[in-house]
Formats: sequence, structure tokens, C-alpha cells
Amino acid sequence: MLTIPNEVLKQIQAHGERAYPNEGVGLLLGTISGSDRAATGILELTNSWPAEEQFHRYQVDGQAMLKAELEAARRGLDILGFFHSHPDHPAEASATDRDWATWPGYSYVITTIAQGRATVTRSWQLREDRSAFDEEALSLTK
Amino acid sequence: MATIRIPTPLRPYTNSQAEVTVSGATVGAVLGDLTQQYPTLKQHLYNDKGELRAFVNIFLNEEDIRHIRGADTPVQAQDRLMIVPSIAGGR
Repeated sequence: MLTIPNEVLKQIQAHGERAYPNEGVGLLLGTISGSDRAATGILELTNSWPAEEQFHRYQVDGQAMLKAELEAARRGLDILGFFHSHPDHPAEASATDRDWATWPGYSYVITTIAQGRATVTRSWQLREDRSAFDEEALSLTK
Repeated sequence: MATIRIPTPLRPYTNSQAEVTVSGATVGAVLGDLTQQYPTLKQHLYNDKGELRAFVNIFLNEEDIRHIRGADTPVQAQDRLMIVPSIAGGR
């Protein structure tokens, strides 16, 4: 299960609203203890697609991810996964998300931004055989 | 022996170790030693053709090995390597 404090969820959703009508992206930081995954904060990232492509896809290259990994390590936190927004689309992992997915074990948190407003946030995990995403239980805390 | 940092989701395949000590004179040899020590890691780093998966980046002392000599990049005993994903997706 993935636990996200309300305040962190607000940050994720606000980031998606600011990126609208484009897709926003960032890292979910926190701690892992057995099967308990507790988010404690985010690290906002820059969508590196050209501006005209950002409405339907995102990417972050290895160099930017290296900096993010080093920053997470400096804070003593794990990277639990990534969040991104789907402007005017369901908060479901798409075929594109699956085709370009990294490793099973990361949380892929997706937020629908409908007409500029965050409406639904759900979390997904890639199957071990990479064939599909399954929804991950998401628990909000104060 | 060089050290290689393992990203969070791959640690279940390295007995939960965040860093692994590896031997080898090149990046290719070091990765070979890593996947020999932890065979189940291999499928997550390499595709069916035996090539590094497109989203997998290897950094040697924070420099992308693609900008050095790729798998033939020499590795010294005190070097630190990192496995870092590029991420992408879309609606």
C-alpha cells in the first residue's frame, strides 16, 4: 500500500494544475518498510518534450534523473515512484505509460486534470512481466 | 573493487542492498559481475537481445558512460557507478 499525506497529494495535484494543458511530472519521495510505502514529499521535474508535444506525453532524461537520485539520497529518502498528470484524460496507466515504463516496484501516481482542475488521483504498479499495470491501494493521511 | 548504487525498485533482487561491491576492469565487466552475483537482476537491466534496456542509464562517477566509451569504459577500484532510469509516458 502507498500512503500519501494530504499535504503531499495537494502538492501533486497543484503541480498538475500548473502544468495544464500539458503533462506535469515529478518524483515521489519517502520511505519503504516491507510492503508499506510512505510518501513524505515530492521533487518536481521538468517535462523535456518540446512544448508542442507536452500536452500528451512527458519524459525526463537520465541526467535530470541522476540529479534527482542524488538529491533523494542527500535527503536520506527513497524514490517510491513518479507522478504525472493526464490533462482531460482518465487517471489510468495508458498503453504509452506501459510501453515506456521502467521497473516493477515503482509507484506510478496519475492525476486527471479536467479543465484545469485536479479531480482524481490513482496509483499503479507495473506487473513483474511488464504486460500491464495494476492499481495500487492508495491511503491518504493527515 | 568499485561500488554500484542500486535504484530502489531493484533492491529486492540484491538482498535489499542499496550498494553492491563489484569487480571488473570495464563497465561491461562490472555489470557482468553484478548480474552474476544477482542473476534475477539481469532481466530488469537487459532486453531479450542482451542490450541494456533503453531507459537504463549507467553513470560512472556521475558521468554518463554513453559519453565516455560505453561498456568499454575503464573502471578503477575506487569508482562509483549508479544505475538510473530515464522516465517517460503519456496519456
